[in-house]
Amino acid sequence: MLRQLVDFFFKKKRQIDESEQIAKEKQKKQGKLTARERIERIVDPGSFHEWDMFVQQASTELGLDKKFLPRDGVITGTASIMGHPICIYAQDFSVAGGSLGLAHARKITKIMDHAIKLGIPIIGINDSGGARIQEGVNSLAGYGEIFYRNTKASGVVPQISIILGPCAGGAVYSPALTDFVFVVDKISKMFITGPEVIKTVLGEEISMEELGGARVQAEIAGNAHFFAESEEECFEQVKKLVTFIPWNNKKKADPFPPKPPKVDYKISQIIPEDPRQPYDARDVIKAIVDDSDFLEIMPHFAPNVVIGFARMNGETIGIVANQPLVLAGVLDVDSSDKAARFIRFCDAFNIPLLTLVDIPGYLPGVDQEHSGVIRHGAKILYAYSEATVPKITVIMRKAYGGGYIAMCSRHLGADFVFAWPMAEIAVMGPEGAANIIYKNEIANSPNPEETRKQKVQEYIEKFANPFVAASNGYIDAVIEPDETRKYVLHSLFISKNKMEQVLPKKHGIPPF
Amino acid sequence: MEHKDKLQGFILDDTKYFTLLTKKFQKRKKYQPSDYTKLRAFIPGVIQKIYVEPGQNVHKGQPLLVLEAMKMKNDVLSPIDAKVQSILVKVGDVVSKDQILIEFQI
Repeated sequence: MLRQLVDFFFKKKRQIDESEQIAKEKQKKQGKLTARERIERIVDPGSFHEWDMFVQQASTELGLDKKFLPRDGVITGTASIMGHPICIYAQDFSVAGGSLGLAHARKITKIMDHAIKLGIPIIGINDSGGARIQEGVNSLAGYGEIFYRNTKASGVVPQISIILGPCAGGAVYSPALTDFVFVVDKISKMFITGPEVIKTVLGEEISMEELGGARVQAEIAGNAHFFAESEEECFEQVKKLVTFIPWNNKKKADPFPPKPPKVDYKISQIIPEDPRQPYDARDVIKAIVDDSDFLEIMPHFAPNVVIGFARMNGETIGIVANQPLVLAGVLDVDSSDKAARFIRFCDAFNIPLLTLVDIPGYLPGVDQEHSGVIRHGAKILYAYSEATVPKITVIMRKAYGGGYIAMCSRHLGADFVFAWPMAEIAVMGPEGAANIIYKNEIANSPNPEETRKQKVQEYIEKFANPFVAASNGYIDAVIEPDETRKYVLHSLFISKNKMEQVLPKKHGIPPF
Repeated sequence: MEHKDKLQGFILDDTKYFTLLTKKFQKRKKYQPSDYTKLRAFIPGVIQKIYVEPGQNVHKGQPLLVLEAMKMKNDVLSPIDAKVQSILVKVGDVVSKDQILIEFQI
């Protein structure tokens, strides 16, 4: 009897293993790896333990009873990445187009429930044609149950989505609800309505790649956080990210051995004399953080603000920096969305925030106003005010108007605010301010241009410096740029046991 | 800095900054004020019926024509009180999105 049982399982297992060969052929034609290969390349060698291998389709309707769908088209299990425990699932496009049936969905929700209960990150690899039409509403129910868990797990365990194939229609909402979305050039495709529907309804012709390819998601739509040229590169990015984030919201990210910055330049050498000339904010970051190692998130979307993870004295911090190199570092709809979501992630997962400020203001324009820059911009104010993790702000150069307030000013609860000696904290830049304040004097002057210059200079001397703010206590210290790392390290040390309490409430209502 | 030759002027509050511009910023649409004197097709389709004639006075909400798209017959209503100046399509015409169908005189 026992012999027979064992034989039965071996036979079954062999049948499933054989499907891997078919998968390899099918996926290779499309330039893709199989679900199994993908998991093996992301996780630590030999660490993957598969679950629910014998699960098959839940429905026998419409010819499904005659089909053999190994694993119902999704591989699930547990593993480790760089020594961090994780739950993982990978949809298998070679099985019924990776379509989502009820059993497929139940396997995913089961592994998600475990991730939530065990307090470890969940990683999903999406490669699916969408709902399994033969399973009807049961397939939709499956999606709904995944979205529900994505939402419940949000802010409890980190959630990562890797798009390695099509992800269309309702399926896109699972990645959208997760914390980090990875895409690969020419492989990832995401959209709500495909090119066909757009053509019939609107008469607009567009290819899948132009509509929702990896580049579009990473540069224009802002749905993707990491863009890679190949699956291999993508897996390296995933591994790196996992080392920066904690297992769950009760823990801190695992510390690394502290290292000094690697760069051989000084911050003071990067900053141009002329405040209107740009520099790359990432160069400043590299001069401050451990090993000059900065994992930038969404580097291609709204590059006028830079966000990402780094370490200080071995501990993970989140960095938000205005980028003077792009659009002079203004805030707009996209950059506000980008920064605000990142701030909320850091706050949810106990990651201290370092804000580097050099902002001339908000981007003017009808398109901005009509796109709702008011409510989008408000997200940053909300996210910073709400955050209770240690908040350290360094005002590098310009901090004008609403931008000054929004970029984690003292008024939004920053724990430490430093300014470099060349910082300008004012309602607007000297030229604009002088033109308004001294409008009449300039107009009535026998030499308006001369008077204007003089008034601008007067304004610069009076207001375009950090001392007015410092004398009001809005800035704690004026520091030399090259001392920034020292001050940030000290602030992080001092605020290690920060105990800010949140007022009792169900949840806030951030502007969406 | 490797970007030096690509920097462009960018004016904000009378100050000219030197910086890179994003594709999205350069491609942004210039604002066009709404033009109520022209009725445009909101969807591509076929003109099935035309209820009005040039010179006729119409009131806001009055059906002007039927535009069939995706097997749906859409009554297109007048957005304003006006006089029909000219009708630029005839029954059976295939129209594209945003094509001008009727011009009004206010």
